[in-house]
Amino acid sequence: MEQEGKKRIWSEYQKEIADDHYFYVRSCIRQTFFPGSETTFLKILRDDLSRDVFEDARHTTCTGIGYHTDIVPFETIMTIAARHFALMTEAGYVNFVPSCVTSFGIYTEILDTWKHFPEMEAKARDYLWTATRREFKIPDNLSHTSDIIYRFRNELAELSGHRLVNKNDGKPLKVVEHIGCHYAKMFPKCGVGGAEFPAVLSGMVEAWGGEVIDYPERRHCCGFGFRQYLIKANRGYSLSNSKKKFESMQPYQPDFIVANCPGCAMFLDRWQYTIAEMEGITYDKSGKGIPVLTYEELAGLIMGYDPWVMGMQMHQISVEPLLDKIGIVYNKKDKYLGSKGQYIGVPQPPHFLLQ
Amino acid sequence: MNKTIVIVGGGPAGLEAAAALGSSPHHVLILEKEHNTGGKLKNWHHLFPNFADASEILKSLEKSLPLNNSEIKYDCDVFKMEQMDGNLLVSLKSGEKIKADAVLLATGFDLFDAYKKEEYGHGIYKNVITSSELEGMFVNNSFPDQLKDGLPKKIAMVHCVGSRDKKAGNMHCSKLCCITGVKQAIELRKYLSKSSVYNFYMDLRMYGQHFEELYQEAQEDYGVNFIRGRVSEIAEISDGKLQVKAEDTLSGRPMKMIFDLVVLLIGMTPATSAASIAQSLALPKSGSGFLAPVHQHISANETCIPGLFLAGTCREPLSLQESITDARAAALKIIEWLKLKDNH
Repeated sequence: MEQEGKKRIWSEYQKEIADDHYFYVRSCIRQTFFPGSETTFLKILRDDLSRDVFEDARHTTCTGIGYHTDIVPFETIMTIAARHFALMTEAGYVNFVPSCVTSFGIYTEILDTWKHFPEMEAKARDYLWTATRREFKIPDNLSHTSDIIYRFRNELAELSGHRLVNKNDGKPLKVVEHIGCHYAKMFPKCGVGGAEFPAVLSGMVEAWGGEVIDYPERRHCCGFGFRQYLIKANRGYSLSNSKKKFESMQPYQPDFIVANCPGCAMFLDRWQYTIAEMEGITYDKSGKGIPVLTYEELAGLIMGYDPWVMGMQMHQISVEPLLDKIGIVYNKKDKYLGSKGQYIGVPQPPHFLLQ
Repeated sequence: MNKTIVIVGGGPAGLEAAAALGSSPHHVLILEKEHNTGGKLKNWHHLFPNFADASEILKSLEKSLPLNNSEIKYDCDVFKMEQMDGNLLVSLKSGEKIKADAVLLATGFDLFDAYKKEEYGHGIYKNVITSSELEGMFVNNSFPDQLKDGLPKKIAMVHCVGSRDKKAGNMHCSKLCCITGVKQAIELRKYLSKSSVYNFYMDLRMYGQHFEELYQEAQEDYGVNFIRGRVSEIAEISDGKLQVKAEDTLSGRPMKMIFDLVVLLIGMTPATSAASIAQSLALPKSGSGFLAPVHQHISANETCIPGLFLAGTCREPLSLQESITDARAAALKIIEWLKLKDNH
């Protein structure tokens, strides 16, 4: 593999990422799947990097899942996006930062549509005014939250107490980076590094001392695919996509997977349990599965955040083997304690995946 | 009265035009941007459809150059032209200016930069090469060691890389890649006798004399496989082999195959060296960016600028045979133009 060739491609996909003053919009599903990730992002930005991040409780779903399953029409989702831009405008911000890759894709698609079809923007403005008497400005900058962490990857490396290095042998940890399809596959220019060789997560991993694995099915979708998962009869498609990826990455024996999309992180984590239950197969040597992290969790770990405060006990695949490799000290007893120290219960152990 | 004819480009078209102008009383000056003549022909091994030795053809073209009235200047980068008192003033980057009674643009073509098809990984995966690089391996006998270990190899040839591809910015058909793919597949089977070669294509445009026969020969005598389907992506697997995903549109099924080498058949694109000249004269271009003649059918060598002519692949993708014929036609037009000029 020629790294120079990759760098040549990356050099053509250097998007502008705002430096400060972010209007942050949360994801509908991430707080359930990976409950500490968004809080970790805010803490890193506000406390560690001293950046200004604003949230508005009136922000709603972008309805992206409904849109991609043909339930929500384009005019509706466009008007909802316009309302979110109006909330940003009213708050005096110009840098719009969605936490969800689906939402990022939605906003990118809508802004591109308005650029090429101004009559659609006029329609959205008219609908929004009729419904809410609101007006909005187009954001100066649209960046996904993974773009923001990417932007500050070197600063975080300097502040961090941990490196992505196996403390037992001193070798870089082998990392699978998985990019959500809606991050750059639709609009390669809107993603760091483009669609074929995205650099947004690999840039973080390398800056923090890890080694990225380029396995054959790297580009392949995790299988979420909205209709593939949401329609129960289609779930086999979803599972088979993830299985294809696991089989492809297995020979490289990755230490963990990091993803920037809610669906990807969820399914790459949960489907390992499903495959183990169905076929008795795991994709790592220890039989414990390959841990799957969000990029905020990864950033939090290298910054020394408590994995249980970040909600990593909610993962299907136990993260302890990874924590041990990095050399992160954690308290086993605290794993199933809530934020107020209350016992939150231990899940029933799976039949095949070892804990 | 002797005139000065400047030919920009010392490739096959430029050389042949100079040879054809040898019988005229005019002074012919070839301005070549490189250290030597021959253009891309000098990097080619054998030519379709009869496997003629490219170096022999080049020697023959160079030998035909008239010694009495022609001159070649090397390392000349022409960047601008102006119309001046019925003549053309040719400006070189060196600062030199040359007054010409007529100019023939024979600036040739560029090869499509395969890295733009990012999904194929050229420049990233070492066993993904272009058809041009494969010719270089034939010329220099420089195949990678892993292909020469005597073991059976699987080789994929991907047609239409950067041609007929709106996303790559090229709508035009480069027309010669199909037959090049067939020719190179046969050469690979000859060179690596235990290899199996698979051509992935949209459709095969065997337009020329003996092209169809060579396509049949490739299948019947050399066992070359042809799969109708475009390759969607290439990825490297752990031992440097390549995983190729495509759709077999005849069976209607997606497929995934492992290869030792992938050859990307890159097409012709407009020469960047002609761009500044065209801009300086506001010379029109065709939709695909090649230089446009006055009339595609009846004045294919003439331009809207008096005294400026086109020959060869600067105006459209052409085979060597077509370029040579085209150059002769352009030479005739130049002689006619200079006679008319004298009469006025």
